Amino acid sequence: MTGSRLVDGKGAVFLAVLAAAAVLVPVLNLTMPEGSPLHVPTYLVSLLGKYLAYALLAVSLDLVWGYCGILSLGHGAFFALGGYAMGMYLMRQIGPRGVYGNPVLPDFMVFLNYKELPWYWHGFDIFPFAAVMVLVLPGLLSFVFGWLAFRSRVTGVYLSIITQAMTFALMLAFFRNDMGLGGNNGLTDFKDVLGFSVQAQGTRVALFVLTALALALGYLVARAMTVSAFGKVLVAIRDAESRTRFLGYRTEHFKVVAFTVSAAMAGVAGALYVPQVGIINPSEFAPANSIEAVIWVAVGGRGTLVGAALGAVLVNYAKTMLTGVLPDAWLFALGALFVLVTLFLPRGIVGTLIERLGSRRAKARLPGPAPDALAPELAEEGRGS
Amino acid sequence: MRRWLALLLALCCAALAVPAAAQSPADAAYGRLASDSYGDIEAGIAALATTGDPRAGAVLRALADGRLLYRADDRALAIRDGAALADARTGAALASADGFKPVRVNNRVRRAIDAATGTLNLVAPDPATRRAAAEAVFKARDAAALPALDAAIARETDAGLRRTLQEARAAALLARPGTPEIDRLGAVDALRERGDGDAMALLRGLAADPAQSVRDAAARAIAGIETRLAIVANVQNAWYGISLGSVLLLAAIGLAITFGVMGIINMAHGEMVMLGAYTTFLVQEGFRRSAPDLFDWSLPIAIPLAFLAAGAVGVLIERLVIRHLYGRPLETLLATWGISLILQQAVRSVFGPTNREVGAPSYMSGAFDLFGLSITWGRLWIVVFAMAVFVGLNLILKATSFGLKTRAVTQNRRMAAAMGIRTPWVDAMTFGLGSGIAGIAGVALSQIDNVSPNLGQGYIIDSFLVVVFGGVGNLWGTLVAALSLGVANKFLEPYAGAVLGKILLLVFIILFIQKRPRGLFALKGRAVES
Repeated sequence: MTGSRLVDGKGAVFLAVLAAAAVLVPVLNLTMPEGSPLHVPTYLVSLLGKYLAYALLAVSLDLVWGYCGILSLGHGAFFALGGYAMGMYLMRQIGPRGVYGNPVLPDFMVFLNYKELPWYWHGFDIFPFAAVMVLVLPGLLSFVFGWLAFRSRVTGVYLSIITQAMTFALMLAFFRNDMGLGGNNGLTDFKDVLGFSVQAQGTRVALFVLTALALALGYLVARAMTVSAFGKVLVAIRDAESRTRFLGYRTEHFKVVAFTVSAAMAGVAGALYVPQVGIINPSEFAPANSIEAVIWVAVGGRGTLVGAALGAVLVNYAKTMLTGVLPDAWLFALGALFVLVTLFLPRGIVGTLIERLGSRRAKARLPGPAPDALAPELAEEGRGS
Repeated sequence: MRRWLALLLALCCAALAVPAAAQSPADAAYGRLASDSYGDIEAGIAALATTGDPRAGAVLRALADGRLLYRADDRALAIRDGAALADARTGAALASADGFKPVRVNNRVRRAIDAATGTLNLVAPDPATRRAAAEAVFKARDAAALPALDAAIARETDAGLRRTLQEARAAALLARPGTPEIDRLGAVDALRERGDGDAMALLRGLAADPAQSVRDAAARAIAGIETRLAIVANVQNAWYGISLGSVLLLAAIGLAITFGVMGIINMAHGEMVMLGAYTTFLVQEGFRRSAPDLFDWSLPIAIPLAFLAAGAVGVLIERLVIRHLYGRPLETLLATWGISLILQQAVRSVFGPTNREVGAPSYMSGAFDLFGLSITWGRLWIVVFAMAVFVGLNLILKATSFGLKTRAVTQNRRMAAAMGIRTPWVDAMTFGLGSGIAGIAGVALSQIDNVSPNLGQGYIIDSFLVVVFGGVGNLWGTLVAALSLGVANKFLEPYAGAVLGKILLLVFIILFIQKRPRGLFALKGRAVES
């Protein structure tokens, strides 16, 4: 296949746009005067940063869904876990500046009469530890979950439903005050990150640039995985898992690796999201959030990585616009978008664009019309009977 | 009962026939009432209560209301009712009110009236009144009521009521200082027979009893009652579990068709339930406006309408969207999720975001007692309804030609088409059936949940878990899964709390799916791999 270069055409365009944004947005924000039409207000920088964090989540989801056929309805859980790890670090940074002025305990713990810090909060005052946890917590959960599920050959719909059950269970758990993670209020009122005020303009711009870098890095990691021999096996698993297994591949190992890498990536996205929006609470675990992330990927084009990122930014931009102008219309629009995309754009925006451009090379690289974990096996069954 | 009435009648006649000659106990009591002294009045009230005179109740009520008059010279008693005056002993109308003045009432007299009304009710003609009176005495542990209780026990013909009276007597005996040891032992026995929390509280009070034998008997009785109560609590929990399980069954059974049989990941299922609930609301609104007397009929009428409304929406969805997506189950998830958002927002736009009021018909409210279990009618009807829906759906799938075609199409679409079955029509009707069943579930759920645009969201995840846990494509699996999850939830709740119990169940299901990836009752054969 000719598509096995690390950075192909659409990837180059994507990275170029991302780089341009990472340079232009800070420059326009920091150098242009307030009133200038070219000025990018600071709130917009954070908003764009949020979109890019979502885009990273979408890329991570595309890695497992688009290339391995694992439709995870629980990726929001990994995103939120990364967010909570970051949120715990930010809470510890507040120190004695909280409302109750306790140097060790966050406000909500003082409020709930905690006498000392729960054991799992220790270490989160050290940034490198928290940063590792951002990767380890979602990674560990996804590894255990994936190892159990893939080894038992839970596939397709069943897998989707139990990933949904997982994020639902986590949501219920994090809503409990006994979890020691802020209950339904979550973690908020952050002050500093690495000694810089989270409210400061400079910090916000830096966070945006970091998010853009993380997205580029995440894209490259996912791309490197998918163009390698490893990625070819993933695609083979997606298209005909039993056949791949019969060819001698331990498909569950490939799936676990892809799933764990993807979850860690989602965790990073969550960690970058939290300081930019200033809060993390259990509603991030809501099953609806995970489904929405799936929609971003479907809209942009699954199995393209670039499309996933594009879909995340476009859908969220539309959400921001519509909820501002016509709050009632947003759900109609989102619902209609899901229906129309599945019916008329099964390959998503990027997939369809590539097809339209008419390049035979691109056509050969794209999966069939239904890159779906179940469809090939259905076809196999049809032939067999 | 009849004998008792005859006796009563005879007594009345006797009282009427010989008012003054032989002074009956009732007469003596009436005599003391017609007095100026509070002590006499109080004694008269107590005496009157034990006679069981049929007019005693009316006399005591009149006394309490200050409508009882007396004439000091001949000790006549009269009840004033508005302007009319009636003889208190006979009920015959009196012409003149000359010389009558009201019988005086103070707080002690009022208390005496209350106690007397209680004892009087012990011999009331209505068994329900007698039972309530006996229970009241039991709770009050009123030693003064002992003579009345003895009298009532002697007359009582209903075995169950006599037992209640004896329990009340036991409570009174234990409350009275100086009851002989043998009677106290008998009382302990009676209380053990009763075996509820009240009896246990009384028995606990015997821990300081002077007699060793009574203390031992009480301790044994308490242990016995505790075992019994534990059993009752477990049975009650099981009932709550079955009740929750049938709610889950109702919510999931439509999905067992659309998801289980057809393989469509129908995320709009919850919204079909919601549409059913809103149909109920509309039907009830109609009844409230035009025929409030027939309100009890609103649910039976809402059921077919909810089926039609949700079923029609289901057929529409199938024709417009889902038929393009067969063989791509994961994509049906996205499309139906979109549909669910649209339906939610549509309902929110039309009916508003707040809860709408759905009333309970008379037969759905109230509770009854069964061997110490408290069972609410609403829950009972929902259990019955869930089972009826389950049986009905099974019959449709197994015993009708439509069901046969449905099964044929889902098992082998091309073969079914080759046999001349119109598969698109069967698809649409099957999806409509599943959606219609969800709508019916909405009628039942409107009785126990808030009818709001988010109603369906609360059930969708549970429904999927029930269907997956039970085994896709198997209605019996759905039944077993729903009931076992419901019962497990209710038994976990006391130990783990509601939220943690739910989390534990979710984790259990996730692990269970690892062990049996196709659910409790997996389909066998080649279809398994699809």
